[in-house]
Amino acid sequence: MSEVKIITANEAAAEAAALCRVQVIAAYPITPQTPVTEELAAMVERGDLKAEYLTVESEHSAMASIVGASQVGARVFTASSANGLLYMHEMLHWAAGSRLPVVLACVNRGVGAPWTILNDQQDSISQRDTGWIQLYCRNNQEVLDTIIQAYRIAEQTLIPVMVCYDGFVLSHTNMPVEVPSQDEVDRFLPPWQGQGLLESGRFVNLNPLILSEPRPDAQGNLMPGYMELRHRLHEDVLASLAVIHHTDEEFQEIFGRSWGGLVWRYRMDDAEHALVSMGSLALEATRAADSLRVQGLRTGVIGVRAYRPFPASALVQALAAVKTVTVFEKDVSYGYAGALATDLKAALFDAGVSVKFSGFVAGLGGRDVAAGQIVQAATDAILNEPRYGWVDVRGSST
Amino acid sequence: MATKAAKELPREEHILPGSRSCAACGLMLTYRHALKALYPGKVIVTVPASCMTVLHGVYPITPVKVVCINNTFAATGASASGIVAGLKATGKKGYTVVAFAGDGGTYDIGIQALSGALERGTDFIYICYDNEGYMNTGTQRSSASPAGAITTTTPILSKLQQKKDMIAIVEAHRIPYIATASPSFPLDLYDKVRTAKEIRGPRYIEAHAPCPPGWGFPNKDLIKMGKLAVETGLHVLFEIREGKFGLTSWSLKLASKGRKKTVADYVKGQTRFRKITAEQIDRLQSFADEQWNYFLERHEKGC
Repeated sequence: MSEVKIITANEAAAEAAALCRVQVIAAYPITPQTPVTEELAAMVERGDLKAEYLTVESEHSAMASIVGASQVGARVFTASSANGLLYMHEMLHWAAGSRLPVVLACVNRGVGAPWTILNDQQDSISQRDTGWIQLYCRNNQEVLDTIIQAYRIAEQTLIPVMVCYDGFVLSHTNMPVEVPSQDEVDRFLPPWQGQGLLESGRFVNLNPLILSEPRPDAQGNLMPGYMELRHRLHEDVLASLAVIHHTDEEFQEIFGRSWGGLVWRYRMDDAEHALVSMGSLALEATRAADSLRVQGLRTGVIGVRAYRPFPASALVQALAAVKTVTVFEKDVSYGYAGALATDLKAALFDAGVSVKFSGFVAGLGGRDVAAGQIVQAATDAILNEPRYGWVDVRGSST
Repeated sequence: MATKAAKELPREEHILPGSRSCAACGLMLTYRHALKALYPGKVIVTVPASCMTVLHGVYPITPVKVVCINNTFAATGASASGIVAGLKATGKKGYTVVAFAGDGGTYDIGIQALSGALERGTDFIYICYDNEGYMNTGTQRSSASPAGAITTTTPILSKLQQKKDMIAIVEAHRIPYIATASPSFPLDLYDKVRTAKEIRGPRYIEAHAPCPPGWGFPNKDLIKMGKLAVETGLHVLFEIREGKFGLTSWSLKLASKGRKKTVADYVKGQTRFRKITAEQIDRLQSFADEQWNYFLERHEKGC
């Protein structure tokens, strides 16, 4: 039977990894991820979780070692944040290029310099182009459920999955979380058998030097070149849209909870104005939408759960009928705009959807974003000229 | 039991024709004899970006009969830790995990991951093939390059610093087995890998791997260069088992007979030392003398 516990998102992540019967964990401490690794270490030392726990000397080694463990068939887990995630960057590419079902919990934190330990999403957004699936969570229950879903998605697609949730806002905040029973999780997530690297008994040279062009093997079969492998990864990440969607449906059948698959909607049925966001900021936007409706602006919220692959069709469909779209996000691509705004605007343009479009950068380095600030920025964007802007930059005209 | 003659070595070759390594590659010869020692058995080799990557060929063809996992330059030790943990967690028994990295991947970019794996007590063999520079990218200076060597990043003044003391760094981790080897002494190399295979915990072997294109000597002199390095005391052959130190092979003979060759004999056959000054040769000779005397003293004390 499931059990309701009052826990933080970090504890929920550790519970989820244990319920997924992860076999090798490697992690290096960084605030605000640290409690995930401490909790898992305690589970392993107590004997509650039968796993190998590697206390590595860096995040690069954390990812390198779970890549090695995954290559020989183990189900693996790690977690990181901010500069730790950036230190892994090379290995994130390597994990995706190796087509390994690695799952990482990213506890979102702003990136130095200068140092901040508080939340924004610059860290995971900076890993956008590594070939990983990225899922963003809005509360602690979704963190637990999404990590369980992540293993099914990763093992089905052979694409690593990053489960992102906001540092401190979720990671250190207690909420009631329904923790499913081991039996339920086992029914949803069968044991991982690996890719049979060793079982085949063959000699292999894994991830070798490869030319751009296809080349015949010793038997004369034409094998893909570098470019074909990159194309295959791209196509498979795109195709994982359906897997993410279906996995959430199948999850609902067993656990009775759905998180919307790729995107979730709040009061969108009659909405003329849409606020679009990711993670806990999207949840705050629902309160702003309620207020905007009181002001007479029929507003709804689209929460982007899957950021990579980018659910362009689902978003276009969800936004086809609105007059304005306003994005709020905790990241920026310096010299242009927020990443989500850029991607969403391109998707709408491609689909010929013409809306008044604004994008706001908010809440960097833990700056609190109150619903009232979202209301203020959204009202301005809805009623006045569309623009890219920043919320609550003090001592400046924005 | 020490192997006495080449005919006692296993005849089976694990590197087949078609390797992409250069002619007369010291690494190739090291790898060849190491694989003879590792087999029969279940072997997984983990390799960073290096000459070894090239040796293993271009996809989808490889000339090496082994399970090889390529990884990133800095990751070798961590990769080995992960493979060992993964095997244990999934109940796959009886594997020997061997990391094979060059001096750049060991002394420089890989030193952190190596230190981590040694400190954690990962049950694996780490073999550093030391060709004294970034040879795969075209002979750039590494911290293993000898003083006085011209490299493409020390093109005019030559390398000004002496070689890093990697053995001391490894030894500070108090691991059960450390050895040095040379492809010019294949029986000694073979025996050390055999010995390492039977020990549990982290094991480190450093093989001095002469590189004709990087060092600038004719292919035919590969064995000679490796021998000269040992005869001069620039590379000393020994084993440290559970803290017990002993010279081996040719270095053991030199312990009683004394060294007859000088650093000057060694450098004159290599174009990388073409600009070495008399003063630099003296300093390199002092480096070799100090190193030799240090190891000789340890040999006499046995620890």
